[in-house]
Amino acid sequence: MKEKSILRGRVWKYGDDVNTDVIFPGKYTYTVNEPSEMAQYALEDLDPRFAKEVKPDDIIVAGKNWGCGSSREQAAICLKESGVGAIIAKSFGRIHYRNCLNAALPALICPEAVDVIEDKEIIEIDLKRGELRCAAGSFSFPPLPEIVWEIFDAGGLIPYTRKRLESSRD
Amino acid sequence: MGQTFVEKVLAKKAGLDRAGPGQIVEVAPDVALSHDNAASIYSTFQKMGGKRVVDPKMIVIILDHATPAPTTKHAENHRIVRELVKEQSIDHFYDVGRGVCHQVLVEEGLALPGELVLGSDSHTPHAGVMGGCGVGIGRGEMASIWALGTLWLRVPETLKITVNGCLPKGVTSKDLALKLIGDLGADGALYMSVELHGEGIETLTISERAVLPNMMAEMGAKCSYIPPDQKTFDYLKGRAKRAYKPVYPDPDAEYIRIAEFDASSMEPMVACPHTVDHVRPLSEVAGTPINQAFLGTCTNGRLEDLKAAAQVIKGRQVAKGIRFIVIPASSEIYLKALQAGYIQAFIEAGAVVESPGCGPCMGNHMGVPAIGEVSISTANRNFKGRMGTKESEIYLANPVVVAASAVAGEIIHPKDLGS
Ligand code: SF4
Repeated sequence: MKEKSILRGRVWKYGDDVNTDVIFPGKYTYTVNEPSEMAQYALEDLDPRFAKEVKPDDIIVAGKNWGCGSSREQAAICLKESGVGAIIAKSFGRIHYRNCLNAALPALICPEAVDVIEDKEIIEIDLKRGELRCAAGSFSFPPLPEIVWEIFDAGGLIPYTRKRLESSRD
Repeated sequence: MGQTFVEKVLAKKAGLDRAGPGQIVEVAPDVALSHDNAASIYSTFQKMGGKRVVDPKMIVIILDHATPAPTTKHAENHRIVRELVKEQSIDHFYDVGRGVCHQVLVEEGLALPGELVLGSDSHTPHAGVMGGCGVGIGRGEMASIWALGTLWLRVPETLKITVNGCLPKGVTSKDLALKLIGDLGADGALYMSVELHGEGIETLTISERAVLPNMMAEMGAKCSYIPPDQKTFDYLKGRAKRAYKPVYPDPDAEYIRIAEFDASSMEPMVACPHTVDHVRPLSEVAGTPINQAFLGTCTNGRLEDLKAAAQVIKGRQVAKGIRFIVIPASSEIYLKALQAGYIQAFIEAGAVVESPGCGPCMGNHMGVPAIGEVSISTANRNFKGRMGTKESEIYLANPVVVAASAVAGEIIHPKDLGS
């Protein structure tokens, strides 16, 4: 499935230093293995309303160091499965950032926008052009290059690699 | 506008003229480094449909984490690695006993100036000691490199640290590293490249320098860099596996932050449980009782470290009831330490000397602490449970403090040992 390049969604706004333990609680890491099931526990320890009320295309807007701490991949996958369209943050924990993009979940760094976006407002992101529009104005961020689009279109790094290998053998 | 070190290397490896922070590039690394986790990488590689690795010369595998195998399970894992090495014709394979991967990569002349090392280990920034760009990545990503030869990376912002002046006698690069991490914090270089400049870096030996890029991982750094100089080139003579071209940042490069430190005013430091940035001057923690002292790891298990520690311990004895574990970081170091008499000094003092590798650093084997015990170690990480049990404490210090503490049974500076 082709990923969308224009995203429109409602904002869930969070603060600084949200670690992967509260994005996907450690107690589920060995018991919950199905991605769809993971979505039920997304952000459980940070915002119990999130998993119940999140709608497809909603957007997480967070402060600095979103996804710091443990390298668990489920933290990216549970958000992807919840339908989250993108995460915008001032900065990301390094491994979580990679896990998000490798799971085909756009992770965007736009500190100026984070300061002015309000919780629950509807914002629009043009991924191809690297533009973000919110009530307070427009902001730009480095657009995602071709390779990341290819990973997105394949549905993540593992299927992407498989696809590329197969096409090189044709 | 000029470019920083990392911007230049990543642009070059992506085949671009230039690259700036935030940009995502697809790079082909010079080295793809893995260790005992190569077995799990291989299984993901096969799930991806991989049959032949795209470039066996790029791949380096060094068995070090649990070597020689402590359990049958570990031995099976090593067997799979040996099989895949044979199957895929990987030449740069170093079997158990050769040493810790980051140190061996440098000794084997595979971590070279201006080159890109991607490693499935968090201390891959170590390659910065040679002026290389070392970046830690995940196992799945390594599998993808084996299959395709490339990986996407985000070009990081750069933090420039300038260390003015020289370290006083008795203060080591470990103390400097701990001071930087204590002051800047565990997220002080999150997702950044850290360039280390200044007299306080230039005057260090290669062995002393290695501690710094290695430990910048503890500030969240993606990679770290020391500008290669004559010392680097001399070290690489006869070692470098191929011709290399050093890369230097432009004088007008743009940094996200510039931090300056004065080396001449520094003192021995200790990282206290349970975070690496919980750093205090040695004088404040002296007197803390310990059960075990550990000298080794990629951070501080080199010949100079062993020499300094041997000088402290020579003619003395490890305190009753205390274990002093010594693990040279590589077989090259082990042999030289043997010839120089350091190993003899350790054994005469009652220390336990074990074969090169990571040993108890990650709690695998060869001297893990018991519940409730306190360790002092030359390693780079003291997180809860790092050495096996969550119910133990780890202090991090420089090699002479660790050796002196083994003698005293408590944390102590060597000058306070008495005769
Ligand atoms: S010695 Fe410790 S820090 Fe270094 S590679 Fe081994 S486990 Fe990691």
